[in-house]
Amino acid sequence: MDTKRTIFRHRLLPYFLLAPQLAVTAIFFLWPAGQAVVQSFEREDAFGLKTTFVGLANYTALLSDPDYLNSLKVTVVFTVAVTLLSLVAALVLALAVDRMIKTATGYTTLLVWPYAVAPAVAGVMWWFIFNPTIGLMPYLLEQVGYHWDHSLKGTDAMILVVIAASWNQISYNFLFFVAGLQSIPASMREAAAIDGAGPAKRFWTITLPLLSPTTFFLMVVNVVYAMFSTFATIHATTQGGPAQATNILVYKVYNDGFIGLNLGSSSAQSVVLMVIVIALTVIQFAWVERRVQY
Amino acid sequence: MVENRPFLNVLAHAVLILGVAVVAFPVYIAIIASTRAPFDFQSGLLPLLPGPHAVENYATMLGIGLSSSGAPPLGLMMMNSLIMALSIAIGKIAISILSAFAIVYFRFPFRTLAFWAIFITLMLPVEVRIVPTFKVVADLGMLNSYAGLSIPLMASATATFLFRQVFMTIPDELLDAARIDGAGPMKFFRDILIPLSRTNMAALFVILFIYGWNQYLWPLLVTTDSRYYTIVAGIKRMADVTDATPQWNFIMAAVVLAMLPPVLVVIFMQRLFVKGLVETEK
Repeated sequence: MDTKRTIFRHRLLPYFLLAPQLAVTAIFFLWPAGQAVVQSFEREDAFGLKTTFVGLANYTALLSDPDYLNSLKVTVVFTVAVTLLSLVAALVLALAVDRMIKTATGYTTLLVWPYAVAPAVAGVMWWFIFNPTIGLMPYLLEQVGYHWDHSLKGTDAMILVVIAASWNQISYNFLFFVAGLQSIPASMREAAAIDGAGPAKRFWTITLPLLSPTTFFLMVVNVVYAMFSTFATIHATTQGGPAQATNILVYKVYNDGFIGLNLGSSSAQSVVLMVIVIALTVIQFAWVERRVQY
Repeated sequence: MVENRPFLNVLAHAVLILGVAVVAFPVYIAIIASTRAPFDFQSGLLPLLPGPHAVENYATMLGIGLSSSGAPPLGLMMMNSLIMALSIAIGKIAISILSAFAIVYFRFPFRTLAFWAIFITLMLPVEVRIVPTFKVVADLGMLNSYAGLSIPLMASATATFLFRQVFMTIPDELLDAARIDGAGPMKFFRDILIPLSRTNMAALFVILFIYGWNQYLWPLLVTTDSRYYTIVAGIKRMADVTDATPQWNFIMAAVVLAMLPPVLVVIFMQRLFVKGLVETEK
């Protein structure tokens, strides 16, 4: 961690400058996180009067809780589906825009704005479109013989939240893919074309490998997004149901803590999630260090 | 484009038009629904063309609100959202630019420790520590207040890192020159650093405004008094009416109003938006 060659000499000033940020960080980030860690080793009685130290009991209880294991499975399915869907759709759109010369900016404008729509708002819109009684999609699906009902069928509910969550994320991935495509030297693709490689072959052997740093970065960002930022999507639509089919981990932490008031278990879940975020952040930063060599 | 392949060009246009249509589809439906009368939805099929009730639906929502679900007028909720988004954006920029200045231009004991304390906030998104954070805010008596809505979301490592990077690219000679001219640290900060990082601040502001406006879980928890409801969190409360079918025409009007400000920001400040998005991910 480097500073400037010339610096200011001041004893107190830097502390004053740092004070607001450090105060907010300590009070609203570090202290609560510490509390979560402490509480994850404790159990509170039903009236909240007495807490006892129970060691790893909350963690072992989690691992043998079928609801938690189900939530873990649901999170994996949801995360993989959102990441894949939003990455593939964004890549296809980015490749198409990359061919455009005059219309590229226009299309980009028309494709980036969903980033600005709140996940909760997007959730409500898709909820409305897929509403089993008045929605448009169930009506169309009925015409082809499929009875859609996300309030009863777990798979339908999962498809709904995956679509709502991906819809928000495509614009972000799209922008980064477009930037990644533009940084691939045209000379490489031209050389391959002269050697007789068609568009499909050029995509698989040149574009995709050279795009891999962007793709990898976006994969990490999308996993983080799907795991942690989709609380609003779930809460505004299925609320984890039906029968816990869309109960992802961040939703369960909230539900067990605020609705179920099981603080010990909720804290243990928080700690597990923090470990996951830390791991993902380390991966992301390790990659940033590596990218410099490209 | 390497060679001229008309078929691929047509295909690319088709893919993009389809993409734009899919992306716009839910918003189109929301806008249509917001111009309809309540009984239009009882036929069992959503109408696909606009109805004549746009003005009255929006006027009702902005001025009166959905009284059946205890929601205040949307005008008030949008004002709350605006206050929250602006405080988060301005607050974050202010505290991060100051701490980046301290970290880059001073050498002092515990500097590395301070850096890591800020860095670690990246790893603690509010969703994973929601219960204890709520307790802290409740203990401080900050529930149902603008301070409670915005201050806990102000700490941000990304903004600090962004300004640190900007400052590292500013030539040392500028500092030498300023010192020869007798400028102290705060004068240097005010007259040189702030003007030089103005575009970065603007780009960051766009991203943070959207971030603040779109907050959901946090306002849902810290506001129980309807005077402090924000629009994004308020929509869910309206759709959740028990014993009644949701009034979709009003809810969709609220949906359109909730997304309008941040979407307009992205469309009209697209260059700054893209810059902000790319910079904050470095």
